[in-house]
Amino acid sequence: MHELAICQSLISQVESIALEHHAKSISLIVIGIGPLSGVEAQLLKNAYPIASAGSVAENTELVIEYLPIKVKCNKCGCESDALPNKLICKQCGDWQTSLVSGDELLLMSVELEKDDIHKDSSTETSIH
Amino acid sequence: MCDTCGCNITHGNENFIKPGGKLHKTESGKEAITVLHSLLSENDHTAKHNRDHFDQHQVLSINLMSSPGAGKTALLEATIQQLDKDIKIAVIEGDLETENDAERIRQHGVEAIQISTGSACHLDAHMIHQALHSLDLSKFDIIFIENVGNLVCPASFDLGQHLNVTLLSVPEGDDKPAKYPVMFRKSDLVVISKSDLLPILDDFKPERATRYLHDIASTAPILQLSSKNNQGMPEWLDWINQQILSRKEHLLQHPVATQHHNHGNEHKHEHHHG
Repeated sequence: MHELAICQSLISQVESIALEHHAKSISLIVIGIGPLSGVEAQLLKNAYPIASAGSVAENTELVIEYLPIKVKCNKCGCESDALPNKLICKQCGDWQTSLVSGDELLLMSVELEKDDIHKDSSTETSIH
Repeated sequence: MCDTCGCNITHGNENFIKPGGKLHKTESGKEAITVLHSLLSENDHTAKHNRDHFDQHQVLSINLMSSPGAGKTALLEATIQQLDKDIKIAVIEGDLETENDAERIRQHGVEAIQISTGSACHLDAHMIHQALHSLDLSKFDIIFIENVGNLVCPASFDLGQHLNVTLLSVPEGDDKPAKYPVMFRKSDLVVISKSDLLPILDDFKPERATRYLHDIASTAPILQLSSKNNQGMPEWLDWINQQILSRKEHLLQHPVATQHHNHGNEHKHEHHHG
């Protein structure tokens, strides 16, 4: 079950973010998972309490956004939805497609509760 | 991931951060930070570091993945025996327990590092990094990483390899690519191993395996191979030789930094080189 290892990596990342932003706790974590990431959302949820115990993200709400599989046909250029084991073009049926999305395994955002003394600092959203 | 700037904004998630998107709003009294980093960015960072190591020494690294018992070690043994002796090989072996596979490789006079993962079902970039500390890469042309036998978990972890080879053994059945699309889509070559069993296990249809691979948009070549009767071995060796040449050509056109380590900001560890 590699979801525990991935969850531990998630906790390590959100701990760094909380430290960087002087947060006292994390109220929400949003992650995005595509079906082709190889990660099972329910297993990740099950692993979360174990991985987060004793960390700044303990008891934090974990929201999982399911990102759709989309492929682009190399032949006709059409973009269409697809299934994990059927990545063919819906328009022309050709199998030579490129994945547009669906393999993501992303920490999308965190919502921090800050110490009183740091509440004045910037609330700019940063995109890396 | 975006090849231009390394960000992770795709068509699949860009709507979340647009004005009005789910991640754009900030509740009062709280600070929302949009991150959009891979959950495995620590692993990916180390994987890139490993790849830099390989490239600095012009070493090709190949990650072998399959179910347990599909014939990865047997393929490596046959490869060691038959590959041009000028091509120097080392092997990193991943298993939950035992040194058995490394011992098999060492009996052929090839250096092998055994990683015992304990209960971990996959190798990760950090484990490979540790193993690289025990290998003098300047002595080798090719490093094979034999991953833990598992068609699921290893697919999610970049190790720093240049190429993925997935074995699909005949007794497993021809529909494995449809059942485990994540791993098979990442393969640069699919080997139908134990092909000497095809006449006996005739419900395995190679053309059906090919169709399932096309269904997941895999353009990887497919090779029928038997380490036992040598079918497909010449083609396998040709493929390896071709990949070594391609890598060298790539490095001529895209030279890597010459410093031994190219550490990023977040990369903090001690190195103990023997």
